Amino acid sequence: MNAALDHAQTRTWRRFSPRQRLARFTIYFVIVAAIVASARSVEVIPEFLYDAPEQVRDLLQRMWPIAWSHYPGGVHDALMETLHIATLGTILAIAMALPIGLAAAHNVVPSRTINYLAKLVLVASRSVNSLVWALLFVAVFGPGALAGTLAIAFRSIGFVGKLVGEALEEADRGTIEALEATGASWSAQLAWGYWPQVQPAFWSVALFRWDINVRESAVLGLVGAGGIGMALDTALNLFQWNRVAMVLFSIFAVVVVAEIVVTQIRDRIL
Amino acid sequence: MAALSTAAGRVALRPSVWARVGWVLLAVYVVYALGRLDFSWPRFVTGLDNGARFFARMLPPRVAQPDSLLQGLTESLEIAILASCIGILLSLPIGLLAARNLMPAWASWPARALIAATRSFHPVIVAIIFVKAVGFGALAGIGALVVGSVGFIGKLFAEAIEEISLKQVEAIRATGAPFMNVITYGVMPQVFGRFIGFATYQLDSNLRNSTMVGIVGAGGIGGTLFSAFQRFDYDFVAAILLSIIAMIMVGEVLAAWVRGVFLEKGKVEEE
Repeated sequence: MNAALDHAQTRTWRRFSPRQRLARFTIYFVIVAAIVASARSVEVIPEFLYDAPEQVRDLLQRMWPIAWSHYPGGVHDALMETLHIATLGTILAIAMALPIGLAAAHNVVPSRTINYLAKLVLVASRSVNSLVWALLFVAVFGPGALAGTLAIAFRSIGFVGKLVGEALEEADRGTIEALEATGASWSAQLAWGYWPQVQPAFWSVALFRWDINVRESAVLGLVGAGGIGMALDTALNLFQWNRVAMVLFSIFAVVVVAEIVVTQIRDRIL
Repeated sequence: MAALSTAAGRVALRPSVWARVGWVLLAVYVVYALGRLDFSWPRFVTGLDNGARFFARMLPPRVAQPDSLLQGLTESLEIAILASCIGILLSLPIGLLAARNLMPAWASWPARALIAATRSFHPVIVAIIFVKAVGFGALAGIGALVVGSVGFIGKLFAEAIEEISLKQVEAIRATGAPFMNVITYGVMPQVFGRFIGFATYQLDSNLRNSTMVGIVGAGGIGGTLFSAFQRFDYDFVAAILLSIIAMIMVGEVLAAWVRGVFLEKGKVEEE
């Protein structure tokens, strides 16, 4: 009796198994080691860091006053071009991503090989940054908005296709089985079985991607792929900081407006 | 008989008028935008020709300068790690301040405004500003990605805190615990799992962006990539791109593993 009580008092309880504790310890250890190693070997010039407040003050002084008069001549057209690149790129991406997303969903296309190939295309599209896509398309089609639009489109295929494919895989079987029982064809099953179920997910993915694309298309011009980034690049190269401030302000305004538009539409239709 | 003929004449699932209007508007917009952006068929065809030559020159990938490739990749990795570490540390207090259910409005509004401001610019644009402020090199890249991380994690962390159950917070408060203990024992356990999710996602995203900030001179492999492009060293470009993709994929696998380890339920056991 006494021994059992003793045992009960000296028992220790642990929340995790030894294997889990080892895995967690390894992760903490690797994180700390990685931070220490990076901090020791990264090349930072301390003088530049001490100089930073001075430089920022200088930058703000050069940026002020903002060159508002530059907007009609140098910024407006580029800004519209950016919006067109983002919108057209998103439309193109959706058109290309839908078939690939369908092919990636196992319940729609019951072939592991096709699913795997489609997923490979989606991963490849996502692992290349939109700036790299832009560099590639500038090399192929020459500088301009065409390269930018294709860069946005190819970068977005992976994102849209992956999310649409996942939404399709989560679709409820009941409706589809009911349609199958009536002898509905594959396309009819898609249109009347899957589409109504994935429609909300589809619209929210499309809007979200458009919002991201507005931000991304603003920098593509730095590598020559059209849009407001070209205006930014020119102003930067000429050290016209007043104009840089104007361009940055207009990018900020467009991004804020895009976010408001997306939120409004999402609230209305979803 | 009459009833049958009307039944046959009815169209099941009639297409909606609004959907048709939508398609027409979409088509009109696409044609208009294509015109504005100077697309033309001959240009596209010449482009395809160029593209074929371009890809022929990319193959086989050749590592022209192994030193600069390795150095660039290491620097990108270092930028990503340091930026994630500093960014996460900074975004914890900011995210907490921005949570409207725990903080008064005078504290949450400035924090929310700060988060919105840091989110509105692409990391590469922020990097341009940092290059001006602290000069060329890794420091500018770290600064730019820290700003991006604060925006992303701060926003998601604030949203996660806003969704917690306040009962546990109240229970801790009722014991007379000071504010920091309320946070540590009432709030943190509820958001820890999601926090691990954001943090690994952000490390992943910083790794991707750290390979790009070099295009504007903020350190990492991006600078090597951009200069190889400008020298038309396309086989070296292909080698750099393949190594970037390999690095990002390894990062993605590691991040998934870390998430798995932390989100696994603990098994209470006796020793």
